[in-house]
Amino acid sequence: MVVKVYGPAYASPKRVLVCLIEKEVEFETVPVDLLKGEHKDPEYLKLQPFGTVPVTQDGDYTLYESRAIMRYYAEKYKSQGTDLLGKTVEERGLVENWLEVEAQSYNPPMFTLTVQIMLSSKLGLPRDENLIKESEEKLGKVLDIYEERLSKSKYLAGNFFSLADLSHLPFTQYLVDHMGKEYMIKSRKHVSAWWDDISSRPSWQKVLQLYAAPFKN
Amino acid sequence: MVVKVYGPAYASPKRVLVCLIEKEVEFETVPVDLLKGEHKDPEYLKLQPFGTIPVTQDGEYTLYESRAILRYYAEKYKSQGTDLLGKTVEERGLVENWLEVEAQSYHPPIYTLTIQILFSSKLGFPRDENLIKESEEKLAKVLDIYEERLSKSKYLGGDFFSLADLSHLPFTQYLVDQMGKEYMIRSRKHVSAWWDDISSRPSWQKVLQLYPAPSKN
Repeated sequence: MVVKVYGPAYASPKRVLVCLIEKEVEFETVPVDLLKGEHKDPEYLKLQPFGTVPVTQDGDYTLYESRAIMRYYAEKYKSQGTDLLGKTVEERGLVENWLEVEAQSYNPPMFTLTVQIMLSSKLGLPRDENLIKESEEKLGKVLDIYEERLSKSKYLAGNFFSLADLSHLPFTQYLVDHMGKEYMIKSRKHVSAWWDDISSRPSWQKVLQLYAAPFKN
Repeated sequence: MVVKVYGPAYASPKRVLVCLIEKEVEFETVPVDLLKGEHKDPEYLKLQPFGTIPVTQDGEYTLYESRAILRYYAEKYKSQGTDLLGKTVEERGLVENWLEVEAQSYHPPIYTLTIQILFSSKLGFPRDENLIKESEEKLAKVLDIYEERLSKSKYLGGDFFSLADLSHLPFTQYLVDQMGKEYMIRSRKHVSAWWDDISSRPSWQKVLQLYPAPSKN
């Protein structure tokens, strides 16, 4: 039985897809149309009671929250594909440190920019230009800290590509492609080199090819 | 050499303290006065460039983000004290699922309530009553989902106490004590029983005794 990943068109599920490809784990995808509200259907809420994507079903084993799913598959298949957790407990600790940074500091302003710039007109809301400006400033400060870190370390957790770097792929791709804010990455020398490196990985290129983003305003 | 934990008076560092006590790991604490802005001192920023607490120093090994620190110590000392990660990779996956739920869905509204209700006058801004009402509604919806989960499962990750439950202790203690919103817990039968269980653990009682919260507004 092959693991099913729900909602492949969207950003958060893409963290799971690129992780499964890196780990050489077969999967199927199940579309969920957020604009039609399919994530709020009673059938979907039985799987994922918070009504968000992704959720995975692996036989009887159901998991949600993209970063939890990534951690599970990276650990379960540690001995095949790319090692995304580091070799020692200390290396994994650093992966966890930077994966939490992504979740707590990078993702919130990035997610706000995504909703405001890419989704507002589809959701029938006016853009909040103050909120956009504020979010871009917050994201800029986080990227300055990344610039310092990446001037000393090839990848965020150390000298190896890990879940911490991978987790940034989907929303950062929106930033540079659909939001017209590539300058935020390109103006920072080490962040720029890191972005070129991680986004050119064959696993990520395959995800972009197979599961196109559904929208831009 | 004993691990040092910075900022013990505050909520996020208390996740780390209760975890270390459960794992029977010795530690020292280093005070950080947020109201005096000590978290923005150049010396502190060298350890934790985002200027938040906690950070831990274990000899030369420095880690930040409380949930990353929890995962590291729970894994490193898996064979001693309480097992906070489950026995199998699948059990750990469920722990990660619910720890991500805490971080992504529970924490944001409860953090907003904490800042607005407990710290606004200390930080010099007026309470935003709309924001408080909105945050309480968001938190209530999350607690409704917890009520359903805990009607089927003794703890969030399964039939065992884990990092997923532990992570809720510090801010929920603020909710029931200092914020006067105990009714949010008590009005939900299974959440109430779960809260009594986890908050009466000797490890948590010890943290409350040794590191009282800073005084409120």
